[in-house]
Amino acid sequence: MARKITIEPVTRVEGHGKVTIQLDDSNNVAQSRLHIVEFRGFERFVQGRPYWEAPVLVQRLCGICPVSHHLAAAKAVDVIVGAGTGDGLTPTGEKMRRLMHYGQFFQSHTLHFFHLASPDLLFGIDGDPAIRNVIGVALEHKDLAVQAVLMRKFGQEIIRATAGKKIHGTGAIPGGINKSLSNEERDEFLKGADPLNVDKMIAWAQAAVDLFKDYHSKHADMLDNFAVFPSNHLSLVRKDGALDLYHGVLRAVDSEGKKILNDVDYQDYVNYIGEEVKNWSYMKFPYLKSIGKKDGWYTVGPLARLNTCDFIPTPLAQKEFEAYKAYTKGKPNNMSMHMHWARLIENLHAIEMIKELLNDKDIQGKNLVTKGKKQHEGVGLIEAPRGTLFHHYRINDQDQIVMANLIVSTTNNNEPMNRAVTHVAKSVFSGKSEITEGMMNSVEVAIRAYDPCLSCATHALGRMPLEVAMYDSKGDIIDVKRK
Amino acid sequence: MSKITFEIDGKEITGKAGQTIVEAARENGIYIPVLCWYEGLKPAGICRICTVKVGGRNMAACTTPISEGMIVENAIPELEDMRKALVEMLFVEGNHMCPTCEKSGNCELQALGYRFGLLAPRFPYLFPKRAMDATYTKIMIDTNRCVQCRRCVRGITAKDGRHIFAMQDRTGHSTIVADRELEAKMSDDLAKKAMEQCPVGAIIKKEIGFAVPIGKRKYDKAPIGSEIQK
Repeated sequence: MARKITIEPVTRVEGHGKVTIQLDDSNNVAQSRLHIVEFRGFERFVQGRPYWEAPVLVQRLCGICPVSHHLAAAKAVDVIVGAGTGDGLTPTGEKMRRLMHYGQFFQSHTLHFFHLASPDLLFGIDGDPAIRNVIGVALEHKDLAVQAVLMRKFGQEIIRATAGKKIHGTGAIPGGINKSLSNEERDEFLKGADPLNVDKMIAWAQAAVDLFKDYHSKHADMLDNFAVFPSNHLSLVRKDGALDLYHGVLRAVDSEGKKILNDVDYQDYVNYIGEEVKNWSYMKFPYLKSIGKKDGWYTVGPLARLNTCDFIPTPLAQKEFEAYKAYTKGKPNNMSMHMHWARLIENLHAIEMIKELLNDKDIQGKNLVTKGKKQHEGVGLIEAPRGTLFHHYRINDQDQIVMANLIVSTTNNNEPMNRAVTHVAKSVFSGKSEITEGMMNSVEVAIRAYDPCLSCATHALGRMPLEVAMYDSKGDIIDVKRK
Repeated sequence: MSKITFEIDGKEITGKAGQTIVEAARENGIYIPVLCWYEGLKPAGICRICTVKVGGRNMAACTTPISEGMIVENAIPELEDMRKALVEMLFVEGNHMCPTCEKSGNCELQALGYRFGLLAPRFPYLFPKRAMDATYTKIMIDTNRCVQCRRCVRGITAKDGRHIFAMQDRTGHSTIVADRELEAKMSDDLAKKAMEQCPVGAIIKKEIGFAVPIGKRKYDKAPIGSEIQK
């Protein structure tokens, strides 16, 4: 009897989505999909509003990494006020924004690894769901849990010092920033009482990478074979090929490492990136135009960034990058679960950058804003924790936004997440007549590796809720399980 | 100038002849909430946020002159709840989206909401369909946020004394407009003054926003009225 399995909602991700898996009469997977069922609206809300409101308004579509939206929008309006396409700001303007961004990375990556993903690793994918959660981590691994909370706090405090508030600040304004860092604020991070200082955070970020490597050495079979499939990878890289999370040129490589988008200016992204709409999801499917809709899909995020960049410009993260690259003999890494490894290396890079910036005199500068000849259109790209984030605005002669297009990190990862779901569904569900909770969670583990933010992806405001329903071949529900 | 002695909430205070209750109270370190009142402008008594009881009757403290032996009630629960209700009405009558408004932190309506502990209004939101007029040269007028206090109408004038702002239409459709010719000739300083004099975010100076960081805005550190209250 053919069956359809629905996992709704998908848990420990940001936002609300569901998975459907269609089984045929022999219990083999006929089709599987990740549906994003939230409604989008921000691209419309922002129309008619003055352009300088965009960085503050559009960030409201997310409470997890609003800084990414804040800065991507600010970069787009930088272009509109004639402040250049990302590298025209004053040193203080750019470095304060970078500090804010690395603070955001540090808190978001920490949140994802420790709070959302670590329960699957620490308790096993089919571990008891009653303890396979952040509370379980807090009870059984107290030191790790405390570390995670304090690391997150540190990142959030960096955001507060640069943006004015931990969530939904106003620091980045067209052409720059509205404040620099005072000596007191700087010293709070450089010399804060143990453990809330940057040196301890670097030590903890390094320990998190070591924790993953240790886990990998014991569970390589699972991590190296779970949801592995060839993919293209896309991200910003610095002009010299370094990992750069704030600004750069667009680069994409295929699953073998061949460059398929060669360091292009993102102001022209519409020439390279297309967006396909499908009738079963509110989330669009971006693709590389040069390759086409069918095979042009790509992955973004930590895995993609470490596949596209040539090196990491901070010493500890570079050392880890070399070991990470050596594992795949320099070839792109297509193992979904290695996303966690890559994420933790980036986390180390972010906190190293935070230290470098705190010690930079420019961060105390007074020259905050720059402007030039006004333009009517601007594109802002940034590497958000979850991947490349596109903001594109057009204004009229009265300074009102008349067009906004957002391609959010999770949207870029739409096809790879669907592939990951299919891969896991086929290997876990096929031929099985009984559906266990562990099997359902394995699908979520694949999605979770991408750290999706489904609210962002559909630009929705709302909450997320998991339900598995079995359908017979006529489409009638024969069993429902909820989480 | 002759002195006048009167009483606010049982405290005897002295003012000057010709002063209004609001003015005399401010000089004596007593805060009476205001919204349409603005220092230096002729009071208009529009918003009624400053309502006090004089001899048991409700009066607008911004327009009522003080007199010898007057008994004024100000910080009493009945009046505080009524003032809060007035602020709630203003909130539901327009579209006040504080999270994305550049006047947030400097907005007097928002600050009054915080001062009165406004969590959710007791009245239903009206969600009126109003527009942003961005067709001016120096400013934008966002009628979603206008509370019709007429501070701009009363206080922003061209060098020759002509009023730049005026009210247009009546009742629920009433809105502020600017004379296009005079508006286009406004200096940057005057446009800035118009924005600052607006208690909310209805008048916005073009091409700059959010320039004052959170923490340095007018009401970030202490509630509205703290600067007066002793």
